[in-house]
Order: sequence, then C-alpha cells, then structure tokens
Amino acid sequence: MNLSVKLPGLNLKNPIMPASGCFGFGKEYSEYYDLSLLGGVMMKAATQFERLGNPTPRVAETSAGMLNAIGLQNPGVQQIIDHEVPRLAKYDTSIIANIAGSSIEEYEFVAASFNQTTDVDALELNISCPNVKEGGIQFGTDPFMAKKVTEVVKKASNKPVYVKLSPNVHNIVEMAKAVEEAGADGLSMINTLTGMKIHLPSRKPLIANKTGGLSGPAIKPVAIRMIYEVRQQVSIPIIGMGGITSAEDVLEYLIAGADAVAVGTANFQNPFVCVDIINELPEVLEQYGFNSIEDVIEKRGITV
Amino acid sequence: MRKRETMSVLSVTQIATDTFEMIAENSRISEQAKPGQFVHIYIPGHTLRRPISIAAVDPSTASVSLVFKAIGDGTKQLSNYLPGMQIDVLGPNGNGFSIDISEDERVLLIGGGVGVPPMYHLAKRLSEETSIDIVSVLGFQTKNAVFYEEEFNRIGETYIVTDDGSYGTHGVVTDIVGQFTDRTQYFSCGPLPMLRAVKSKLSHIPGKVSLEERMGCGVGACMACVLPTVDNHYKKICSEGPVFVAEEVVL
Repeated sequence: MNLSVKLPGLNLKNPIMPASGCFGFGKEYSEYYDLSLLGGVMMKAATQFERLGNPTPRVAETSAGMLNAIGLQNPGVQQIIDHEVPRLAKYDTSIIANIAGSSIEEYEFVAASFNQTTDVDALELNISCPNVKEGGIQFGTDPFMAKKVTEVVKKASNKPVYVKLSPNVHNIVEMAKAVEEAGADGLSMINTLTGMKIHLPSRKPLIANKTGGLSGPAIKPVAIRMIYEVRQQVSIPIIGMGGITSAEDVLEYLIAGADAVAVGTANFQNPFVCVDIINELPEVLEQYGFNSIEDVIEKRGITV
Repeated sequence: MRKRETMSVLSVTQIATDTFEMIAENSRISEQAKPGQFVHIYIPGHTLRRPISIAAVDPSTASVSLVFKAIGDGTKQLSNYLPGMQIDVLGPNGNGFSIDISEDERVLLIGGGVGVPPMYHLAKRLSEETSIDIVSVLGFQTKNAVFYEEEFNRIGETYIVTDDGSYGTHGVVTDIVGQFTDRTQYFSCGPLPMLRAVKSKLSHIPGKVSLEERMGCGVGACMACVLPTVDNHYKKICSEGPVFVAEEVVL
C-alpha cells in the first residue's frame, strides 16, 4: 500500500516521524532499527549557542502522560550542522530541524545557519516551548509575535518552514491564521500543555522547574480538537502530534485534518513504536476503507 | 542492533521493608550485564519505563537479579509479579563499573539504600574475577531496611550503618568511611547527598560514583536525566553513566 505523502519540502515515504525532543538526533534509536524506515526525523531543538537546560528532575510521570522540563538542552546550531546532521543524512529519510530562540534575532540566526546544509529538508519553528524562562513562549501565545517571528524566519531561510503551535492559547485558530498569513509553509500541532504535579509528603513539585509540558495519550483529544478546528480555517498542511501510540491514532489525526504525524512520548515506552506503527498502517487503513494515505487526506472529514 | 528483550519472572521475594528481589530469566542480559548497568522495564498502564539496577547475574542459569523499592504505583505493581510472567525490558543499559582493576588495589564499596544492589553486583564480580581486597560499607535508614548483609559478608569485611541506630553503627556511611585509611580507591552508589558527602570525605583517593535520576527514554535521547560536569557540560546518566569518575562530575 502506498503510504507516501508529499508536503512542502518533504517527500515522505510514510507519514510517521519521531517528534522533536523525543528522539535526540537519532543516534540512540539507530541502535534499535534502521532510521531509513521512517518518513522523516524531527531533530531536537537547535539554539544559537549550546544550552545546558533546566535542573533535574526534568521529568515526572502522570496519568496517561508525562511532564517534562528539559529546557532545550542542545549543543548549539553549528555543532548540530557539523556533527548531527551528517550522521542523520546517511539515512534515506527526511530531516526537519527544529529551531528555537530567546529573541527574534536568535531565531533568525539559527534559521539562516541551516542554509549551510542541503541535508536538512525543512525547518520546524519552535515558538511553543513552555519550559524556557526567557523568550520562546511569548512568540507562541501572541499572534502578533508569532507572525513577526515567522516572517523573519521565512526571510532568513531557504527551506520550507513549519510553525509548531502551542496549545496553551485561548484561540488556536487565530494563531494558525497569523502564521499562515506570515508565510508559513505548514503547521506542527501541538506542543505540550503546561502542567504540574506535586509530591504529597514533601509538598514539592515533582520537577525542578515546578511546571512542565504535559505530553502522551492524555493530550491526544486536545490535539485532535485543535487540528480539527484549524483545518476548517487554514489551508497549509498540518503535521499532527500529541499522544500517538498506534496506527489507529494516526488515522484519527489524518481524519481530523493532519497530513502527516509525529510520535513523541511513545518512543520512551517502546523504542520500536514508529516502525510498529508504519507496519500496522496498511492493515488499519484497509480496515477503514482507505487505499493510501493520500486517499485518507482526500476523503477526510468527520461524519456529523 | 539492539533487540526487544523479554524476561521471564522466576521469583519475587521481599527482602526488607518495601524492598523486593526479582529473579528473572534472560540469557543475553545475564551474559552481558556489567555491574552498575540497569534494565528499563515496561509496566503495563504506565507511560514511562522504570530503570531498575542489576544486583547480580548468573549466566549458567540465564538469571538476572533485580532489587527495587516498591514506593510508587509502578514498582508496587512490579512487586506483585508472579513466576512465569513475561516482562518487556530494554537492557542492559548504561555504562557500568569497570572490573579491570590492578590486583594490588584495596577497594572500598559504599552503598546506600537502593544503591546497595549495584554495589553487590560489583562486589560479586570483583570477588569472582579478581583477588582484590574489598571492604564494604552499607547504609540503610533502619534495621528493617537492611538487606544483602550476609551476601556482602561472604565477599569481605562489611559494615552496616543505620540512620536511626537500630542496627550496626548509628549514623551515616560518611561517619565511618574515613577510618579505612589503607583504601586505594572507592566505588559508591546511593542518593545524591550521600554521594556528595562520600566524594568530599574521600577526596584523597580516586572514586567512581553511580547516580540515579528520574529517566524519560532511558537510552540517551531525551536528555531528562543529566548531571553537570566540572567543565560546565552535562552528561546523560542513562547512557553516559550511570557510573562516572567522581572528580569529573558536580554532585
């Protein structure tokens, strides 16, 4: 069965990509399977300089999910271009670089830096990380700022730009429209929901940053709702993410309005989850009367 | 390539308050695991796997001993596993202690609470594969929390310390580790404050410490379980550790 899907800058052999922040730069999971099986890889966020991230503990388990506050730890964009991208480029898969910053200038610098390499196929503009104290999140919650940073990055980069939206907003459609107007080639939805967990005996938050981003199956209904709402109003492609663990989940995302998906937290539970989903997809599509991913996208929409 | 691993539970025994020893079968892990390494266990119904340190292996019976404290929902569930049940595990994960040590070394092993099991694995392997002189100091909260005393006694001189003085020496491990002045290096595993105190007390001899931290992926991808280094970087505990040279990390 044909699982391929074509998006701006991305010729995906299947719609499954590991989500940014959950897969590092692919090195660890390449010890479990051939990364060429994947539709693409969304790399961990890149900032201008090395970032050490937040104090530990950085993760806590919650019901059907996980809180994290890693704090964008990464070796800096040049190290990523010099050492991580060439290693990933050996695989027959698409590479999406996630770019983050604390200021418009930093986003611009990081976006322009990736022009050095033709091995990166697209950028994912991270304006929605809830775990960084200075910068980041205000670009993801204010439509004016989101539009501005998208415009700057589009101008600086020679690659298609997918803007990753935060669910921590009152009106997700307004945010999606703002970045579409700014020239975004696509959307990534959704990033994590801000959450908190308290350890009762000590009354302390379970993660050092106090709050963290909630991911995992707990957030899937929020993502499905937001993608559905945005799909009605926005025409650029959407890469959907949030709590995907199975081929059925992928189909639900595609029907709601996504064009491809990213799998995040589930990699931690099952390092083979992306390949398992890719293997299961043909049977699940057939079961629901579809003969390709493009067929789902053409016929999608929910029955009311 | 790393593979999907399954362990078959042989037994689960309570060996101290809230502390359980699970013996499970997996030939690859029993053959390959080094002291200090851990397995990452999937517990149905939980988003994250649980890292559990390996307390001993016996390649002749393909068995692996895992010791853990049943303190949260996941580990409590694990403590109720029955013989014959299959467990989905990743491992052995991480970098362990090297047992390639000169025969004239006189080592001090210091374990605290659930930091004792990897020390036992190390002690057992050192005693099986070398004739190195081993002294062990094991710290627990109270008498009912003490485990593996006899096992350590079979290997070498062993001292027990309890926080409340209900068994062994009253106090913490650092109250007595300084008295073993003939030791040439130390290996330690336990809570961070204990490792910090041990490193400070034994700064005159080289040491290796094994860290524990809440993990996400357990394989080095998510960067959740990191430890600052003296050169202002971070090391990943799950993949670059859990064992580190004491002088290289900030505890």
